[in-house]
Amino acid sequence: MSTSLIGAAVTRIDGPLKVTGAAPYAVDHPVENLAYGVGVASTIGNGRVTRVDASAAEKMSGVLAVLHHGNSLRLYRPGGPFEQESRAGESRPPFEDDTVYYYGQFVALVVANTFAQANAAAAAVKVEYAAEKPAVVLEEQDRAPGDPKQHYQRGNPEEAFAGAPVRIDYTYETPTETHNPMEMHGTIAVWNGDRLRLYETTQGVVNHRNVLSEMLGVPLDRIEVISPFCGAGFGGKLFPWPQSLLAAMAAKKVNRPVQVVVPRSLEFTTVGHRPRTQQRMRMGAQQDGTLVAIVQDVLQPTSKIDSFTENCTGVTRMLYSCPNVATTQEVVSLNIGTPTPMRGPGTTPGLYALDAAMDDLALKLNMDPLQLRLKNYAEKDESENLPFSGKHLKECYQVGAERFGWAKRNPAVGSMKSGNEILGWGMGTSTWHAGRGSATVRVRLGADGRVRTSSATQDIGTGMYTVFAIVVAQKLGIPIDRVDVALGDTALPPGPMSGGSTATASVLPAIDQATDKVTQLLFELATRTAGSPFEKADARTLALTNGRVHGQGQDPESGVPFEKLLQLRRVASLEAEAHTGGADETGKYSSHCFGAQFIEVAWDPGIARLRVTRSVTAIDAGRIISEKTARNQILGGVVWGISMGMFEETIYDPRNAKPINNNYADYLIPTNADIEQMECHFVQYPDLHLNEYGARGLGEIGLTGVASALTMAVYHATGIRVRRLPIRLENLMSGQQRSA
Amino acid sequence: MQAFRYSQAQSVDRAAHSGGTFLAGGTTLIDLMKLNVMQPQQVVDINPLPLSQIEEQKDGTLRIGALVRNSDLAIHPAVKQRYAVLSEALLSGASPQLRNMATTGGNLLQRTRCYYFRDTNYPCNKRKPGSGCSAIDGYNRIHAVLGGSDDCVATHPSDMAVAMMALEAVVHTKGPAGERRIALNQFYLEPGTTPDKETVLHPGELITYVTLPPFSEGARSHYLKLRDRQQYEFALASAAVLVRSNGGRIEQARIALGGVATKPWRSRPAEQVLEGQPATQANFQKAAETAMAGAKPLKYNGFKIELAKRAIVRGLQVVTQTGAEA
Repeated sequence: MSTSLIGAAVTRIDGPLKVTGAAPYAVDHPVENLAYGVGVASTIGNGRVTRVDASAAEKMSGVLAVLHHGNSLRLYRPGGPFEQESRAGESRPPFEDDTVYYYGQFVALVVANTFAQANAAAAAVKVEYAAEKPAVVLEEQDRAPGDPKQHYQRGNPEEAFAGAPVRIDYTYETPTETHNPMEMHGTIAVWNGDRLRLYETTQGVVNHRNVLSEMLGVPLDRIEVISPFCGAGFGGKLFPWPQSLLAAMAAKKVNRPVQVVVPRSLEFTTVGHRPRTQQRMRMGAQQDGTLVAIVQDVLQPTSKIDSFTENCTGVTRMLYSCPNVATTQEVVSLNIGTPTPMRGPGTTPGLYALDAAMDDLALKLNMDPLQLRLKNYAEKDESENLPFSGKHLKECYQVGAERFGWAKRNPAVGSMKSGNEILGWGMGTSTWHAGRGSATVRVRLGADGRVRTSSATQDIGTGMYTVFAIVVAQKLGIPIDRVDVALGDTALPPGPMSGGSTATASVLPAIDQATDKVTQLLFELATRTAGSPFEKADARTLALTNGRVHGQGQDPESGVPFEKLLQLRRVASLEAEAHTGGADETGKYSSHCFGAQFIEVAWDPGIARLRVTRSVTAIDAGRIISEKTARNQILGGVVWGISMGMFEETIYDPRNAKPINNNYADYLIPTNADIEQMECHFVQYPDLHLNEYGARGLGEIGLTGVASALTMAVYHATGIRVRRLPIRLENLMSGQQRSA
Repeated sequence: MQAFRYSQAQSVDRAAHSGGTFLAGGTTLIDLMKLNVMQPQQVVDINPLPLSQIEEQKDGTLRIGALVRNSDLAIHPAVKQRYAVLSEALLSGASPQLRNMATTGGNLLQRTRCYYFRDTNYPCNKRKPGSGCSAIDGYNRIHAVLGGSDDCVATHPSDMAVAMMALEAVVHTKGPAGERRIALNQFYLEPGTTPDKETVLHPGELITYVTLPPFSEGARSHYLKLRDRQQYEFALASAAVLVRSNGGRIEQARIALGGVATKPWRSRPAEQVLEGQPATQANFQKAAETAMAGAKPLKYNGFKIELAKRAIVRGLQVVTQTGAEA
């Protein structure tokens, strides 16, 4: 297989649609006779709705209906348990009863002819409550006695820790974080008799259809979910949220298509978040830095509705070599919405704590942080006792350190000055599980010379359209602009969810096989078609090069373009479908991406100003299929990591459980001015145990090692060790108190 | 947002007698109308009024029309050359899109970013007099340490007004009772027991111009804004400083603060510490201590007192060239 397109810097094929505004996002789809639903959300965090007075709203101009628990359809709960197949973001259907579990829960929906009418009327709906004090502060809750939700142990960690010559014992905290994709959650629901079509913004059209089928009680084959573009999801759009059900309910009620968009303010309460974590890390080592014990105890909140686990401990069990490891995860329910996966779920906060603990250990040992990591390099996955399907982390450390100039680091705090500023350097390891699931892909050769490939997976901004086009164009030997890609529609063969950095690794084998299959069909057609130069030839003697069928060993130019053969046969197209399952080697290898991340900060103590001035990331993600979109993913992850380290925090008011900074102005993320130099290198070793392309997904890994490296860099500059994210400037001003 | 009547102003006179709520750039008003925090019955769009000129007058006064956009004012040659502190303050505020819309008059009347003012479900004395203050016992990291009362600790968000305070700007108005000239230092009210009254403007009174007195020859000015990120963020503490010195001795000093007070905050006592004194680090520190002497921290915002001092000291270092650029 030639590799001219694979790994080349191909520009994303959907770029022109996006920059011209022609790409239809969920509620951009033109739908006739559309009505608009605007939700009324609870303004208490705990209690009951005692009365919904819609009399004034119902009389307002353009209002079609006001739905609430007292007058609307009863929906169903999802069939399976939470965190299983067919998963909803929140398993309680909207308007199930009068109970309020969290601030921002939908308690009514106004439907009107225009958005402005619905919005004005929603403000006129009077909702009365019997309010109780919400449980929102993790530390204030009674914790149920008994076993924690998850427990893992190898060796004898407590004893090993107690006997270790060098020990650290610190608690690291990460805040509640909100996904905030630019495209807000939104749905258009269109009923056609007993058939429902949903225009959605989702990371999984198939799961979305399955869940809505269960919760609406409508057969699977009568629901279609369409999501050709997704203005980012970051995990927040993996599973359906109440607005989708509300749109379907409302459209049924008013007998018209209805659009419901979740406003930005409710993004913070009603459609998931990454839960806060408190992680106590105990680590013991020999004087030479060899780890002898790691004990991690995680406490995190979930909602009163669903039990969500932010799996912070998986990474601790496998990343470094250590004979004695114990981890626990404890979950406490609060009056908050149900948490949901966010980019690098579990690993991101978990690895922050693990690597921050490694840095604290390095400080205690007076050892270079990179040397400590090399000292405890894991040659196999000790949690599974399996070899890695590929691990080139040492090379990542080396390449990253060289590009960054790590050897020039003077470890003394505050020693590296630059004008008014003091530079600080930190580094960390990044990792993410490399998974692969099942996928079905179709490839169609057209008599017009175009090729169409399709699957009900999604491009959530990650470059999936481009990956499909690259692989098909490469295999057929045709220019990429002759390939059309259709994704994001349940009418297509079922494809994987866009989550967990698995979609690319999952679809590649299916694209490959479907293309091979259609090529075989083409060869057979060539031998069965009157007038074909290959009539009556043996199909096994044919080859396809540059889109032309020719005899094996012959000059491709002697061959016939595939579309000519279809035209001769007078058929419109040839089409083949392939289904591939999970990784063949399941059970034989542990598959992960790895990376090394280096961060430089500049601290100006005179004005308490902290900047991240430079980052270098080296990544081992197997073979890179689409260099530009891969790079885009990694650098986007680094920006996210900086955001996690210095900016993001959803702040709840304990009086009513409202996130008081529930908007883009008050919930801080970096601006362009906050992002300076970023470098990314790929250490490319195909991971052929995962798939024949050797590609692993890389949507999350770019983020996972940044926050700990950043806090170490800040320590190096300031001498202050911050163990609670995000770092705020008052943390770094001596004598100033910590923010809430 | 609730339904409202909309009309365009035909003249300054008629606008002043309209009884409506004036719409200029809309960056505060529309935002707050969407939140139902402001629910005007009648909105009078003043954008057609001829108030978009910047004029340099013979005596050296700069006359700025109330509708001059922040982005235009920031890059006006006279502002960039002579009133650097104002240009820097404007460019440190909001985003380019917002600065393209926001006006000089509107910016002076910008409303607070207090979380509780912006949510109608909370008690707020500024929004609903007598209902209580949710910030004093709430999350008050962004709130004021100067000029607050038991009824309100909301900060004034403007950067432009802080620079204008240091420049001793004058606000020109026209209202039902005629024209007025109001020194900016007299324009804003501390909240006291009436936090809903933010300025001395009367109902219907329209800001027509802001004038800046002739620039003090030989003075240097600077605006330093400290905040949680580099752009598109309100000040946690900011300092507008202006210094004219002669042979290392300070003849004239102006210090105004943003992000720490309930109104754009001029500190005459801090200026007096400096005037007649040598430009030394010790004197800068003394001025900073004086400026913040009456500050009262709340639960989460105590760091602002120290942060504001650092802004003042660095600002003074920059304009006297005893320190590096910030």
